Amino acid sequence: MNQTNQAAIEAVALRKTFGKLTAVSDVDLTVEQGELFAMLGPNGAGKTTTIKMLCCLLRPTGGTATILGHDIQSEPLSVKQLIDVSPQETAIAERLNAWENLSLMAGLHGIGKGEAKERSEELLEMMGLSDRADEKVKKYSGGMKRRLSIAMALVSDPQVLFLDEPTLGLDPQSRRAIWEYIEALKGRKTIVLTTHYLEEADALADRIAVIDEGKIVALGTPEQLKEGISDTPVTVVEAQGLTDDAIDALRQIYPVVRVVAGGVEIEADEVRLYDIEDCLRPRGIDIQSTYRRQVTLDDVFLHLTGKQLRE
Amino acid sequence: MRSLELAKRNFREIWRDPLSLGITIALPVLLLLVLQAFGEVDAFFTATVLAPGIVLFGFVMLMFSAAMTLSRDRESAFFSRLLTAPVGARDFVAAYSLPYLIVAVIQAILLFIIGALLGLEINGNVGLVILVLFVTAILYIGLGMILGSLLPLAPLSGAYAVVLLLTIFGGAWMDLEAIGGVFQTIGNALPFAHALDATRDVMVGGAGFSAIATDFYWVLGYTLVSIALALFFFRRRMVD
Repeated sequence: MNQTNQAAIEAVALRKTFGKLTAVSDVDLTVEQGELFAMLGPNGAGKTTTIKMLCCLLRPTGGTATILGHDIQSEPLSVKQLIDVSPQETAIAERLNAWENLSLMAGLHGIGKGEAKERSEELLEMMGLSDRADEKVKKYSGGMKRRLSIAMALVSDPQVLFLDEPTLGLDPQSRRAIWEYIEALKGRKTIVLTTHYLEEADALADRIAVIDEGKIVALGTPEQLKEGISDTPVTVVEAQGLTDDAIDALRQIYPVVRVVAGGVEIEADEVRLYDIEDCLRPRGIDIQSTYRRQVTLDDVFLHLTGKQLRE
Repeated sequence: MRSLELAKRNFREIWRDPLSLGITIALPVLLLLVLQAFGEVDAFFTATVLAPGIVLFGFVMLMFSAAMTLSRDRESAFFSRLLTAPVGARDFVAAYSLPYLIVAVIQAILLFIIGALLGLEINGNVGLVILVLFVTAILYIGLGMILGSLLPLAPLSGAYAVVLLLTIFGGAWMDLEAIGGVFQTIGNALPFAHALDATRDVMVGGAGFSAIATDFYWVLGYTLVSIALALFFFRRRMVD
């Protein structure tokens, strides 16, 4: 099944329309075995729709895709043998306890009882749920349910794992634990991750597809994407109460000035503090801080789509 | 069998839900106890006459509960997760039906035990009664699967009311010959009156298989069609 040199995922001109709306537009994609591939994009970009097609939950309007050589339309059961998914929403059986939820998913994927128990123990420990594993999960907090929902995708130990916004809404500690688990799987499993969190994609992904309005607008390693946009450093100026007039004044000196939350970002080889003070102080605006930063994936996204990812 | 894992979960869902247990088991028993209390004033209200109709009423409640479980699941992210597992439509329908078949058996046994305490007599072959009720239970569960596959949760109670009325006025609780006209024609075309006639003929009249063969095959035909339709509609729900 897991042939050498066989791409884990191969999509050709994959397309999904809902009436007049094109959710996914002719996506070509190859994900190699063992690769951690991230799809980065805002809500409605088409990430979840793409994943749903690859998991045989949505019928493509056009194009084809294979998972380890199995066609998603003509061999759905073979595809489902190889994959597991953590959906964006919490997906658990409320009247079962954590053990029963994990055992159900393991059983549906044909895992034996002994192996399922072993994996469940490990996952419950990692997710910090061991102490309450015997309680009905409807008594769990939202965060606990979310962690169990992710564990349910991992218990079958799939060859291709789809994680749709896995850490959305989780506390930093749980997020860190899941990142560590995903990192430990890197190279052994093929993982497709969709995320809003730039730092998540940046830290974990081997390659990133930037998706906007159903199209892949850029594809590469995090470094390639960052290098691809600009070598010019970015200076962040934090200042409250910036007026249009003040920003226009800055733009007279530095052509690339972006307004961000709590200040502006200036893209220029050299930024002089007294130039900024000359623009802001006479207008009664205090500068709280200035610092230079590296190009981030947010800059990449802004550069490619003209909007910020967190909008 | 992978579907057994899901069947186990669905059984636990019923067993741990007081509402499901109430409508599928407690309500038919209560109905039998209340109605047979009128036995002293009217001979119609005796356990022997009432039991077959009440078992059918219990099956309608099973149908409703099965449809609710499937419909509620379908609206949840949990169902999407289930659909990504390597399980086919047949196994899914079996996994959602089997627990209700077990509840149907529990329900019928309970009704007959209580009925026996209240004077219920089975004059015919018990095995034949079980066979007829078993096929009828599958028919109603199949209808539940169809409704659960087709309808969202909100309009389900309307569909339940329609099937309940068809069961009652379709001859299960009313004498079709006394009603006559178009209702009689419709009632005879539906399986519910045939199911009741067959059960009652064996239980009360002591009839053998040849005497109820037409009624039985009528119910069996509907049962097979309901299973086929349940599979068809469920399969359509598996991929949008």
